[in-house]
Amino acid sequence: MEFGFTTAAYVVAAVLFILSLGGLSGQESAKRAVWYGIVGMGLAVLATLFGPGAGLWWLSAILIAGGGAIGWYVANKVEMTGMPQLVAAMHSLVGLAAVFVGFNAELVMNRIARLHHDGEHDALSALAGFAGRVAHKTPVEMGILQVEVFLGVFIGAVTFTGSVVAYGKLAGKLNSSATKLPGGHFLNAGAAGLSLVLLFVYMGTDSGWALSIMTLLALFIGYHLIMGIGGADMPVVVSMLNSYSGWAAAAIGFSLGNDLLIVVGALVGSSGAILSYIMCKAMNRSFISVILGGFGGPAGPAMEIDGEQVAIDADGVATALNEADNIIIIPGYGMAVAQAQQSVSELTRKLRAAGKNVRFAIHPVAGRLPGHMNVLLAEAKVPYDIVMEMDEINEDFPDTDVAIVIGSNDIVNPAAQEDPNSPIAGMPVLECWKAKQVFVSKRGQGTGYSGIENPLFYKENTRMFYGDAKASLDALLPKIS
Amino acid sequence: MSERQTVIGTPKEIFDGEARVAMTPASAEQLQKLGFACAVETGAGVAAGFSDADYEAAGVSIVKTAAALWKDSDVIAKVRQPNETELKRLTSEKTLISFFNPAGNEDGMALAKSKGANVIAMEMVPRISRAQKMDALSSMANIAGYRAVIEAGNNYGRFFTGQITAAGKVPPAKVLVVGAGVAGLAAIGTSTSLGAITLAFDVRPEVAEQVESMGAEFVYLDFEEEQTDGAATGGYASVSSPEFREAQLAKFRELAPEVDIVITTALIPNREAPELWTEDMVAAMKPGSVIVDLAAEKGGNCKMTVMDEKIVTENGVTIIGYTDFPSRMASQASTLYATNIRHMLTDLTPEKDGQINHDMEDDVIRGATVTYQGEITFPPPPPKIQAIAAKPKAAPEKELTPEELRAKETAEFKAQTIQQVTLLGIGGAILLGVGLVAPASFMQHFIVFVLSIFVGFQVIWNVSHSLHTPLMAVTNAISSIIILGAILQVGSGGFLVILLAGLSVFMAGINIFGGFLVTRRMLAMFQKS
Repeated sequence: MEFGFTTAAYVVAAVLFILSLGGLSGQESAKRAVWYGIVGMGLAVLATLFGPGAGLWWLSAILIAGGGAIGWYVANKVEMTGMPQLVAAMHSLVGLAAVFVGFNAELVMNRIARLHHDGEHDALSALAGFAGRVAHKTPVEMGILQVEVFLGVFIGAVTFTGSVVAYGKLAGKLNSSATKLPGGHFLNAGAAGLSLVLLFVYMGTDSGWALSIMTLLALFIGYHLIMGIGGADMPVVVSMLNSYSGWAAAAIGFSLGNDLLIVVGALVGSSGAILSYIMCKAMNRSFISVILGGFGGPAGPAMEIDGEQVAIDADGVATALNEADNIIIIPGYGMAVAQAQQSVSELTRKLRAAGKNVRFAIHPVAGRLPGHMNVLLAEAKVPYDIVMEMDEINEDFPDTDVAIVIGSNDIVNPAAQEDPNSPIAGMPVLECWKAKQVFVSKRGQGTGYSGIENPLFYKENTRMFYGDAKASLDALLPKIS
Repeated sequence: MSERQTVIGTPKEIFDGEARVAMTPASAEQLQKLGFACAVETGAGVAAGFSDADYEAAGVSIVKTAAALWKDSDVIAKVRQPNETELKRLTSEKTLISFFNPAGNEDGMALAKSKGANVIAMEMVPRISRAQKMDALSSMANIAGYRAVIEAGNNYGRFFTGQITAAGKVPPAKVLVVGAGVAGLAAIGTSTSLGAITLAFDVRPEVAEQVESMGAEFVYLDFEEEQTDGAATGGYASVSSPEFREAQLAKFRELAPEVDIVITTALIPNREAPELWTEDMVAAMKPGSVIVDLAAEKGGNCKMTVMDEKIVTENGVTIIGYTDFPSRMASQASTLYATNIRHMLTDLTPEKDGQINHDMEDDVIRGATVTYQGEITFPPPPPKIQAIAAKPKAAPEKELTPEELRAKETAEFKAQTIQQVTLLGIGGAILLGVGLVAPASFMQHFIVFVLSIFVGFQVIWNVSHSLHTPLMAVTNAISSIIILGAILQVGSGGFLVILLAGLSVFMAGINIFGGFLVTRRMLAMFQKS
């Protein structure tokens, strides 16, 4: 097939990918958008398989089919509460693939260098595909290629271990609290500095060992960086890794001279970067402070909290709900942990059938993944038009009869507004305490992931509905008329 | 407990044309639950649509004459200010609950004092949240406001609402409500729900929000003066400065030729009503227009108003000066007023045992009591709680003039331009710098890269928050585009290259299928209600 045809296919694929991302602006158009993405990907892969430069296309086809089968199986099996883990795991695959492709490029370069050295011009001109293109590069271009390969491998390696650690934390296989090796950020900084030195060594000596050592260092950075970030910051971490996987693809695209890889890598990279920015803004924290892990130290003594936590049983909550007209439900990670979304949906259905105005308030960083709560509620068949963003609904709390907080903590913490010394001071929060009554479904009297005391639980209009969220809601359901 | 039940009695109103009654069968039932016995004079409720039989059915005893009723009752509840004959029937054991007009009724107070009776004046109920349920002035004003619009409509020869019919186009009526107190707001609500274009004015700018919430347009003045916060004067309007008055009249003069119906409700406590609608404004109005002056009792906001009458001016403008709007809706007014009285009695019997406990420590009861145990207790001391929490002056939201607004916009636009130009400059410089050293083949790809980042930023900002998880899954799937690199490498090189490339193809394959499928699964779940 002609080279021109492949390029044309790439252009179409790139347009389709852009349309695919653009289509995600609304729930209905999103359903069409996925198809754009699928067609774009199919087109790109087919054009490459049968285009110039690809050999052993049957091997690739078999491998894609094999991988596809596994992907198919996993995608159909995964629980919606397990989405964060799945996304993290998939990022790690992209990262690892980037490392492999980068190393391949290095191997090909070595081979060509050897051929050059031996003066075997016949063999050189006989090289096809990628190797052929490399063979015709000028020394400056080779230098740039080396930098590109180096960058691609570095980002890929960080993405790989980072994603693996994130997966472990999200799946509960690793302790989700922030842990650091002695030396903390200096270790990371040192490793990064050393990598930079190795880049020059690699460019100067053209030696594969520099690349290998750098890869090990990058793997360590990815591991250590994510280990140092606590569970509550996971939405930022996951979107950051998303971004990295994109940049890795873009860097590899540069080294292979493939524009489609560059385009898609840049799209994914900027998408992840924007998501990280949105998440950080929702927590009123700078990207740097999230990445460096842990909250900044408190600026002074935390405000004293008066009062006590008053408990309530299912009967009390049911009575209040039966009398209320306006109800807002604020789900958090606790709902996902307790797998309570079906019970929440059932509660919503019953209350709405009774003619009550029930809505959901979603904080941007609720859960462990951007948009996590929306997906869980959608899974449980809660209609998306009653699921509101923080900015849409925050002003409505004073007119609300009952606000129900299910497994969220920091995102409803009034200390963010009231206590300038609080570690989360200035973070935008859902002002649920302005509702006439607030019920908090919570497992026990502990503090949240960030370990910050929540004055909401001590407010006069707050009642604590202790117990596992699913069990509590199931006890509540039969009592709703 | 005394041997005899305390009796609440309601006489027939003797004021000419008064149709209201201070007790309804429904309120009597509630009063009996408080432990009281109830009595009415025969025929007391007829004008308001409540027959003696209705009362009897509710357990109320019917008393033949007014004299007997006044004699038998311990608490007398009535509507209108009592006249001399009625007051003479009071004794030191009796309590009278009624409108009393204490500020203009010194003789009445003196007489009640000499009789030793306790008198509660319903218009003196303080305007605090707790006392709203017994605020008879508000409940009557509400009716007056509603009725004013209905009365205006009755005298206005056109539709309120605009219509386009087969017989031609009908423009909507334009209604101006002056004074957005309780009556004004009720008038605004009625007028907007009838479909008229409604304008409203009040000297207290803080009510603009209430006006707009009722669907009317607030008329702002171009005038800069510290307005007295209504909260400082118990929620009532106060007298304004001459300059302010001029600005106000000028605005009205401008509106007069446009409006079809004017409803004035401006009253200042214990003062003659301010003149707001001058004769030249009346002259400027279209023939057929209607003015309803709810301040007629205090001299009227329009000096041409004749109290209790409807007149038509030379240029065909109808001016209505009725003062008995609540009485014109006697059934509704009686129901509300009787409920106010019932709430007052509830507060007077905290034990619900049928025994009156006239607690002079209570803000509301103290405020409303004008004579108590042979003493005149009017005027009351200021209530302990302020009517409405005064608005903090700290943040004055200054209305920007158009020039200032434009200046601000220009400044913002300039700042934005400078920022963008700086960024572009820096970006351009970097690109040029790279271009100087890098070969053309690199630059080609680099341009594609930069453009893609731009496109990415533009596109991703529009992604809905609720779709962030699907976004991540999709970007994940398409970031497997790295498979292209691996496919290209599979064919070029030795065994190690093939192995690594093959592994990459395999992993990317997992990602592509897994990513897209899981996205489709998620999106299929999003359903509209």
